[in-house]
Amino acid sequence: MYVAVKGGERAIENAHALLADVRRGDRSLPELTLDQIEQQLALAVDRVMSEGSLYDRELAALAIKQARGDLIEAIFLLRAYRTTLPRFGVSEPIETGAMRIRRRISAAFKDLPGGQVLGPTFDYTHRLLDHDLAEGGGVPPAPTAPAETVTFCSVADLLARSGGLIEEEVPLDQEVGDLTREPLSFPADRDLRLQNLARGDEGFLLALAYSTQRGYGRNHPFAGEIRYGEVEIESFAEEVGFAVPLGSISVTECQSINQFTGSTTHAPRFTRGYGLAFGQSERKAMSMALVDRALRAREFGEETGAPAQDEEFVLSHSDNVQATGFVEHLKLPHYVDFQSELGLLRKLRAEFFARKDSIEDEQGMQDAAE
Amino acid sequence: MQLNEDLVAGRRAAMKILANSDASSIERGLVAADCDARFVDLRAPEVGLVMLRGRIGGNGAPFNVGEATVTRAAVQLASGEQGHAYVLGRDTKKARLAALCDALWQAKASRDSIERHVLAPLRAALELRLQQGRERTAATKVDFFTLVRGEDEQ
Repeated sequence: MYVAVKGGERAIENAHALLADVRRGDRSLPELTLDQIEQQLALAVDRVMSEGSLYDRELAALAIKQARGDLIEAIFLLRAYRTTLPRFGVSEPIETGAMRIRRRISAAFKDLPGGQVLGPTFDYTHRLLDHDLAEGGGVPPAPTAPAETVTFCSVADLLARSGGLIEEEVPLDQEVGDLTREPLSFPADRDLRLQNLARGDEGFLLALAYSTQRGYGRNHPFAGEIRYGEVEIESFAEEVGFAVPLGSISVTECQSINQFTGSTTHAPRFTRGYGLAFGQSERKAMSMALVDRALRAREFGEETGAPAQDEEFVLSHSDNVQATGFVEHLKLPHYVDFQSELGLLRKLRAEFFARKDSIEDEQGMQDAAE
Repeated sequence: MQLNEDLVAGRRAAMKILANSDASSIERGLVAADCDARFVDLRAPEVGLVMLRGRIGGNGAPFNVGEATVTRAAVQLASGEQGHAYVLGRDTKKARLAALCDALWQAKASRDSIERHVLAPLRAALELRLQQGRERTAATKVDFFTLVRGEDEQ
């Protein structure tokens, strides 16, 4: 039960002033600029945009600065900001097949059309701290190589074309559910589940994805394809009369290839999980694909019961803004709640001691009688 | 009908270049183009959101991924042409300039000048940036090969 608590205005004001002071830190050091955050903490920006569910690099950088690097706080700030803006419309579906590839790998096929390009990755680094980086200094420009104009054929298309080895998606243009408009209800269709996962907490999804690998909802995934790069965005505008190009954004896409399904009517084939996240968010996209596939257990008639397969559990707890709101609200004054619990506890204890006393009295009288 | 389709394709191509360029480069081009750019705002630049959609599996049914900030603007030239812009981000100046370019591109008197002085240099800069990106990416292409292990040969 909440009861309004008054007072403390001065303390709150001063606490916020202190926050601003420590956020700035030592004044003899240069202040961080948004450009620096955007450029040099780019993956933090990507995460905040993904989970903040708002693509705007500059705003994400501002949120990170304001939140002192607390990414969940930054995500919260971005979510709050978006509620102040009107929605103009929806985009045409992003064509990830037409992505300008910055990175594309497949752990399932080594020779796939377009080849494997590593791009900027932590993979194959030795995870040793680089003390030269502490000093700063010049970084030579990245090496280049002649670029062929190749089409990066997607692994899913490759498999589908090779005789139906993998399930195919049907590009139905049905009504698309939107969590920002209607609250989630269960069972949720796959479009809603993917929207939820796309804005879900990376750590939560990572742990769930990991749990499926360790046997809690096993479905043996391969990283069929991971691609990161830029895609063009278009949106139909009524007054213009056609789909207007809005510019481009970076996204990461993961196609997982998972174990088989088959029936008396169709031959066994691979199944798929899908992940898509803003920016270069590979761990997120991979986790999303694994959890997406786990949530399809019922659809494939698989044994269920593992946490990652429990749609209500996963989708209700994936949002870190909701989660942090509920956990952190415990910090707010609960004095009346606590007083009532205290009162109840005192009553229970009084009853306990009264009972104990009466038992002891009886015991004493019996002893005296014997 | 064909004419209309060509017109739409031309406008879309121009819009794509403008959307992927920054305000100061567009402005530089407009100064160089030196056309009659008197206009009134039909819609003053306004910041809002567009919900970005993906496709399940990359090619299946659409789903909502998340929103993006978008700025839109509309202008009308003294000669009557209306120009529109929707561009990612919150740059109101860029949106108005892009709308102005769209209007000037539709006006026969100024289309060539817009193509030559605004769009051509922007297209070249964009292509250079993309080419650099492609070349840096190409340098990270791998040729994995699997080794035949000894025990398999027996």
